[in-house]
Amino acid sequence: MAKVLVVTSGKGGVGKTTSTAALGAALAQTGESVVVVDFDVGLRNLDLVMGAERRVVFDLINVVQGVAKLPQALIRDKRLENLWLLPASQTRDKDALTDEGVGRIIEELKTKFDWVLCDSPAGIERGATLAMRYADEAVIVTNPEVSSVRDSDRIIGMLDSKTVKAEKGERVTKHILITRYDPGRAARGEMLSIDDILEILATPLLGIIPESQDVLRASNVGSPVTLNNASCAPARAYMDAARRLMGQEIAMVVPAERKGLMNRLLGRRAA
Amino acid sequence: MSMNLLRLFGGRNASAPVARERLQILLAHERGLLGQPDLLGTLREEILAVVSRHVVLDPDKVVVRLERGKTVSTLEVDIEVPNNFDKSKALADRRKAG
Repeated sequence: MAKVLVVTSGKGGVGKTTSTAALGAALAQTGESVVVVDFDVGLRNLDLVMGAERRVVFDLINVVQGVAKLPQALIRDKRLENLWLLPASQTRDKDALTDEGVGRIIEELKTKFDWVLCDSPAGIERGATLAMRYADEAVIVTNPEVSSVRDSDRIIGMLDSKTVKAEKGERVTKHILITRYDPGRAARGEMLSIDDILEILATPLLGIIPESQDVLRASNVGSPVTLNNASCAPARAYMDAARRLMGQEIAMVVPAERKGLMNRLLGRRAA
Repeated sequence: MSMNLLRLFGGRNASAPVARERLQILLAHERGLLGQPDLLGTLREEILAVVSRHVVLDPDKVVVRLERGKTVSTLEVDIEVPNNFDKSKALADRRKAG
């Protein structure tokens, strides 16, 4: 049974697109068939993070408007044959997306894949509400920082009221994914603690992704971090999160501060 | 000093140059600096129009692939044409339908 999962946050820049790419690749690496769908119409970036930006022919809006068939718009990942991308349009505006059209495409994607991951745009406008509209589950990407937690709370409220599931009296399964977690700052008490965030949002934790240069490096070369360097800390955290989405029980690892020799010599904080 | 040291140690597998090149190519295409804007889109449409004069195209059997490069881009249009295709019958069907 296919699952539709929205990756959302309200706030921009917290790591939705990075997390969509990493979770999508991680699920595909375990053998599941996955499509990642970019809902950020006009400001697409999932294609860039996935390294498929030079191969975009058709997009989500072309499919909604019937210019292209769904299979023609899907782009297969070059590294994983069971990972696909449906890009957003760069030139149209978000009004070209209709509730009915998105519903039709999601239904068709559900017949072809095990997982449909919807990368939501920031904000609470039409693009964000359409991205979450047909979701069975939601990953709310949150940074340990007050404005991000506040926006996550707002998004949780929308997931509980504006989705098809909510309107039918059912519930979207929600998960908090904490990203850009800095163990050093956490140890010094300079950052909201995991417990504080979970208590405030009253939503279960899916994973904690440490702030890391590996994430930036992966974006630079156009590869989900779990594919670019599977053994680095953020990749392992994303892989664990993906397994939890699949229903496996995996012990939660809270990233600890680790300073390399170079960093110590140069007096830099662990990144 | 520390930046130079970092560059010395990290230079071999630095990812920033890759990022810069990818962005340069992508943005050049998006700004319409490389070639005529949406030339590939026009080519795709006209190629399909020509083919569909002779063959009734099944949209599911048409695959279009694109690779945008710095100096050249490639457009690959892959159309599956059945060997036992009966054109006159298809045209007659189409006339009836239209």
